[in-house]
Amino acid sequence: MSATLTEHDAAPRTPGTRPPKPSTPAGRGPRKRKFPLAPWMLLAPSIVLLGIMVVYPTIVMFITSFTDLEIKNKMLDTPANFVGFDNYVEVFTASDFPAVLARSLGLMLVLTVIIVAGGMLIALLMLRLTKGWRLLVSVGLLLAWAMPPLSATVVWGWIFDTDYGLVNWALNTLTDSQDFRGHSWLANPWSFMMVLVIIIVWQSLPFAAFTFYAGLGQVPDEVLEASQLDGANAVQRFRLIVLPYMRNVLTAVIVLETIWNLRIFTQVYALQQQGGLVSETNVLGTYLFRQGLGEFGVTAAIGVFMVLLLMGISYYNVRSSLKEEEA
Amino acid sequence: MTTQISPAVQLAETPGRMTPGPQKPRRTFRGSAPRAVVNTVAILVFLCSVFPVYWMVNMSFTPSNQIISRSPSFFPLEFTFKNYITAWTREAAPGQTDFPHALASSLIVALSVVVVCGIFAFLASIALARFAFRGRYVFIVSVLVVQMVPGEAMMYTIYNMVDDWRLMNTLIGLFIVHLASVVPFTIWTLRGFVAGVPADLEEAAQIDGCTKAQAFWKVTFPLLAPGLVSTGIFAFIQSWNEFLMALLFLKGYNLTLPPWLNSFQSATEATNWGAVMAGSTLIALPVVIFFLFVQGRMTGGLVSGAVKG
Repeated sequence: MSATLTEHDAAPRTPGTRPPKPSTPAGRGPRKRKFPLAPWMLLAPSIVLLGIMVVYPTIVMFITSFTDLEIKNKMLDTPANFVGFDNYVEVFTASDFPAVLARSLGLMLVLTVIIVAGGMLIALLMLRLTKGWRLLVSVGLLLAWAMPPLSATVVWGWIFDTDYGLVNWALNTLTDSQDFRGHSWLANPWSFMMVLVIIIVWQSLPFAAFTFYAGLGQVPDEVLEASQLDGANAVQRFRLIVLPYMRNVLTAVIVLETIWNLRIFTQVYALQQQGGLVSETNVLGTYLFRQGLGEFGVTAAIGVFMVLLLMGISYYNVRSSLKEEEA
Repeated sequence: MTTQISPAVQLAETPGRMTPGPQKPRRTFRGSAPRAVVNTVAILVFLCSVFPVYWMVNMSFTPSNQIISRSPSFFPLEFTFKNYITAWTREAAPGQTDFPHALASSLIVALSVVVVCGIFAFLASIALARFAFRGRYVFIVSVLVVQMVPGEAMMYTIYNMVDDWRLMNTLIGLFIVHLASVVPFTIWTLRGFVAGVPADLEEAAQIDGCTKAQAFWKVTFPLLAPGLVSTGIFAFIQSWNEFLMALLFLKGYNLTLPPWLNSFQSATEATNWGAVMAGSTLIALPVVIFFLFVQGRMTGGLVSGAVKG
């Protein structure tokens, strides 16, 4: 019996004499079955759901973006007119959308750089810690990661509160003055963005740190030791040995963070509620939300642009996932 | 036989591979910095991570008159539950829901999402991991692409659609939207779990006399249970935390917890901050508890699309 199993097992796992690695799905791949309909029946619920809730609205949004559909058309049940690229032209020339887009992209860049660099530093730190200390850091990071974004924003907003905030109190105490009494951090767009960056970085660092930490575990000790003997210093070892081994993990985290940081909504919206200057602090998500019910053609044009932008960024993620699937 | 089983057990744990906690002792990256410096940095990282969470809990137990004070106290000196009582009983705003109703709404939506999403993704992941069929590759590409389509970009198109179905301001409407946003990632994660249980195991059970269905339920399904639990918890957290669509769709007494907290916070000029902190803590509590169970798998699942070591 065991002969049958071994034979069977060996067949799909052929590649070379390489011992079967537990993490590669290759070889345990799907096999042909008799009923070509069975998989489609299993997929049917998901296909119907995603077809109705994602594919259909995407098409509708695309079409709407070329019309002047308004809430009026919906109420009076009249059809909208085809207006070509008018909505796109309007969005990009006659609205504050370009400013919002620039702000979103700038914020995304700053956040992603800080999160990736900071996450890597924390991962390297965790690697040097002894077990107990590492547990301490892990617990702290997990708590920050697990906080619901809205709760986190409420608390951070309170810490930066104008009258009773901890930050103003601490700065007053440190400078031994009353300079920061009643200082409003959210009223100024730049310090608003600073608070926003602190909140999002605080919540996002743990994911990057844990992922990098796991990735660092894949760097073989022997290679590092050999390079150390050859006289490579810490920076050289990191750049020439650790980074190449980490390339996949690094790319994945950068792509995911880029997408997430471009899609932020909750933190920005909640912070605006606590006293931000909305027009100066909108990002793509909150800008679209605050367009409100009205000119659906225009919001659809913004939506189409956002979808294209994010799909472009996630291209790398999809491609590397597919490579893995083909392997 | 034993050599057959042991890789299977490892394989079943594959998606949890990214969990912190290495298998081998780490000596390699030891640098020149003294231990005391490294440990000090560790304490700093810990304090920065934990402090806001601590501050939220601290404030939630502090009497209102002391919260509004220019010299904050770092412990709830006059410990009180009053904030929790206020958060629990008072309406968020005139005509808006109170906490228990929002809690019920959130639970109904999130639990329905967990159950239905679990079934959908379970079926789909079996199709992807156990069958070779024409169109499989196309479906995988679609799932990956769909996962990247930002729901927030389509908020008003989806709003119109749900409105046309007469499901605006209903929990069913929100449920469908949440379901669609969670399903792609769940399929992708579960697929990894199913692929991690070798079909050989099922075939072995069939040779031992099980029917195909029995083999699946008795051998593969138990090995998938951890995967189902993890993805279920993930779906729950996603729906529980979701703010934008809930804000856009729901009104008055139908609010789920996030828009409840939002109204509660901005309802009046004089926000009751103690109660807001209590509300935030109550909302965070289940997420934190659930999250601790699945965080390793979440890292694995999120990255597994792009990385396989």
